[in-house]
Amino acid sequence: MNAETGIGASVLRKEDARFITGKGQYTDDISMFGQTHCVFVRSPHARAKINSISTERAMAIDGVIRVFTGDELVADGIGDLPCGWVVNSKDGSPMISPPHPPIATTLVNYVGEPYAFVVAESLQAARDGAEAVEADFEVLEAVIDMATASSSDQIHENAPNNQAYDWELGEKDATDAAFDKADHITTLDITNNRLIPNAIEPRAALGSYDAASGMYTLYTTSQNPHVERVVLALFVNVAPEANLRVISPDVGGGFGSKIFVYAEETAVIWASAKIGRPIKWRADRSESFLSDAHGRDHVTKAELALTSDGEMLGLRVKTIANMGAYLSTFSSSVPTYLYGTLLAGQYKTPAIYVETQAVFTNTAPVDAYRGAGRPEATYVVERIVETAARELNMDPVELRRKNFIPPDAFPYQTPVALEYDTGNYAASMSLALELADSDGYAARKAASEANGKMRGRGYSCYIEACGIAPSQLVISLGAGVGLFESAEVRVDVSGSVTVMTGSHSHGQGHETTFAQLVSDRLGIPFESVNVIHGDTGRSDYGLGTYGSRSIAVGGSAIDKAMDKIIAKGKKIAAHMFETTEDQVEFAEGQFSFAGSNEPKPFAEIAGAAYIPAVYPLDELEPGLSEKAFYDPKNFTYPAGSYVCEVEIDPSTGVSRIEKFVAVDDFGNVINPMIVEGQVHGGLAQGIGQALLEHGIYDADGNLSTGSYMDYTMPRAADLPDFDVDMTSTPCTHNPLGVKGCGEAGAIGSPAAVINAITDALGVKDVPMPATPHTVWETIQQGA
Amino acid sequence: MEEQGEFVIPAPPNEVWAALQKPDVLKECIDGCEEMTLTQENTFSCVVAVKVGPVKARFTGSVKIVDPDPPHSYFLDVSAQGGGAGFGSGRAEVKLHEVPEGTRLTYHVNGSIGGKLAQIGARLMQSFSRKMTRTFFNRFSQRWVG
Repeated sequence: MNAETGIGASVLRKEDARFITGKGQYTDDISMFGQTHCVFVRSPHARAKINSISTERAMAIDGVIRVFTGDELVADGIGDLPCGWVVNSKDGSPMISPPHPPIATTLVNYVGEPYAFVVAESLQAARDGAEAVEADFEVLEAVIDMATASSSDQIHENAPNNQAYDWELGEKDATDAAFDKADHITTLDITNNRLIPNAIEPRAALGSYDAASGMYTLYTTSQNPHVERVVLALFVNVAPEANLRVISPDVGGGFGSKIFVYAEETAVIWASAKIGRPIKWRADRSESFLSDAHGRDHVTKAELALTSDGEMLGLRVKTIANMGAYLSTFSSSVPTYLYGTLLAGQYKTPAIYVETQAVFTNTAPVDAYRGAGRPEATYVVERIVETAARELNMDPVELRRKNFIPPDAFPYQTPVALEYDTGNYAASMSLALELADSDGYAARKAASEANGKMRGRGYSCYIEACGIAPSQLVISLGAGVGLFESAEVRVDVSGSVTVMTGSHSHGQGHETTFAQLVSDRLGIPFESVNVIHGDTGRSDYGLGTYGSRSIAVGGSAIDKAMDKIIAKGKKIAAHMFETTEDQVEFAEGQFSFAGSNEPKPFAEIAGAAYIPAVYPLDELEPGLSEKAFYDPKNFTYPAGSYVCEVEIDPSTGVSRIEKFVAVDDFGNVINPMIVEGQVHGGLAQGIGQALLEHGIYDADGNLSTGSYMDYTMPRAADLPDFDVDMTSTPCTHNPLGVKGCGEAGAIGSPAAVINAITDALGVKDVPMPATPHTVWETIQQGA
Repeated sequence: MEEQGEFVIPAPPNEVWAALQKPDVLKECIDGCEEMTLTQENTFSCVVAVKVGPVKARFTGSVKIVDPDPPHSYFLDVSAQGGGAGFGSGRAEVKLHEVPEGTRLTYHVNGSIGGKLAQIGARLMQSFSRKMTRTFFNRFSQRWVG
């Protein structure tokens, strides 16, 4: 292994050379001959009937080529945007997924829903055209508040009580029994604030149709281009799958919001064939706010049953999840299988019961956003555990230690379906306390008080489930896709390697991490490995990148393909050594045989594979290129301990994070620098949720936080210098022993921050985001 | 959105009432008003250019006087379309009271806005509408001063 580039080395990211010098190729950087521009006409109303749409004035504008309405898509057989995971209600009935035409035809159901689009020679002409489209709306009463949605006007004809489903998990009777024998019950009513993703690169699409070949090509900002292709072909009927190529070039952040199949790319690729010219669309920032799928947005009542000495006996959770106006691509799985299943946390709570009612409102659809269900679950568990400790006058650390699943209990079956493979939660906790200088806390608190400030400390011990799997289990639970990953490892004649992966990088650094994997295993220079992703025309299939699955699933698929490469290399080498393949060893980039003192370097075997002089071609095919599909046996379970210390100025309500320690167990780590970067980004988003970010609709359904003037993103000055460290219990069921690191920071941090703020203020709850105004008001109420 | 207030105008109610019905007076007093036409009895159409924070647009609207009780009270029903910038609509109740200084006018508005105006200008709407109202009555009062 090369210590500078192999597994465990903090190799600088290959891709950054182009990103930081402005040489990245994003969708909007790509232009095609004859390209036209597209602007979507969006509903200004949260809920209205469309009586008529008049396109005449728009068509008269110089440069406008065509104005399309939803009726034309319907007439052409374009289907609804589907939700790919069928969740069943308690009574066994399948969820209700209302029709979701890409372009609204008779009803609009949220502000920003497109009901027409204008294609023009220039962006300016398309904008002018869009302003000139006239629609006659009959405005209806909007349903905005999820807590009262089930007793409000019915939005969709097929969804009584505005309910998509009413789901449950866990043993209700056993949990009720646990509460019956409890000495103490802690209850908590909490909300998980709605977030707006805000990837730095807005969504974009460039669609074209080549009449000569019948091929459609769609460049778009997708985290999973193969899934985009399947959905557009199979469900939306844009084109036969074989005639549709989807390319996700460089993508500037996604956080989940670019997993989904949206109206815009559907419209652009369809219409490009209608006008016979390429069409480009790129969202402006206001459109992103209105039309990207939002995240979180839960209202929850949680109850924890304990003995008087702090043993957790049962957890009961009832959640209302706001789905927005329609079920987005994977939205149904988020407040159910990605949420309820995580409510055991790191604890051996024997009985858990969760109910989730998913409701429709006249707001933008809500779907997976960094963490997707797991931040919401962690927030419930870690807030109520900390609250219980305070109520029982116990140290929150001790209460957690008392209830941790011990290291010798793995594999551990939770009462909410998951089987954790490995972990050592107490080890992470101890390291976090040490890094947080726990012993010095009392002195720091006294110093803050002497300064007229309030200091508080909060903990959060999260667990998450990454690399959702195995396929057959999730399909049995309603998923419409498998959750394996594919890889092709193509050894070139010279011994360099091209890797085609079905994972997609939109900031994660796969080109570097995956190259390290291959370089390390095959013993070839890091520079000799080229990683290709994001193009359905170049790799067979893939499920893309979300849910922190890339290294655990995509990386394992690459590893599996390398097994095959090495196996074939041994066969070739055996012929060269004039022995049998079982006598050939492969290590450090060399094929060797005990009977020879001349080991064969990997590149020599590659050459021999393609210049087949030494082996019989009727026994062994020429070439050295292998594919693998890897389907995980289980999720991976990263877990960690976070400690947050805040200092609050009671005169302004400003909470400053003075210390933030994150100790994560990601199993084996390929590139510690990249992993640390992922943790930093996740923490920034989690702290943003806890202190700053909030997507708010007014009573009429206008998005009040529709720009950076009203939606507060975290800035560098809002964040402390993070103390990030790791412990490791390698995953037991994938070949690399890896877990997943992409979402951990966003999952674990909000509870730590709010626990610290409530500790400082001596109150039970402060709603997120804990803005200075909210904190100040809380202080005033107490005073 | 709800707003109320009052102004004292140095003229008797019947004069104030009469002036409030005249398109040219209204045009002169509404900041940014480019057109104000009486289309039928008690109904005006107008064009007003406004700038609310980052949203700048020309709104076309209609203003209808409802239930007039001269010179005491009336309702104004207003609706305005600003194309891509959004729209607004509302009802204002206007009352005139005779006072020693002239006329005390009170108003109470209930309105709503939508579109881009609501998305990126909502926070600025209250101060914007206060400024519009103050400007209107300052200009309106000037008719009887000096």
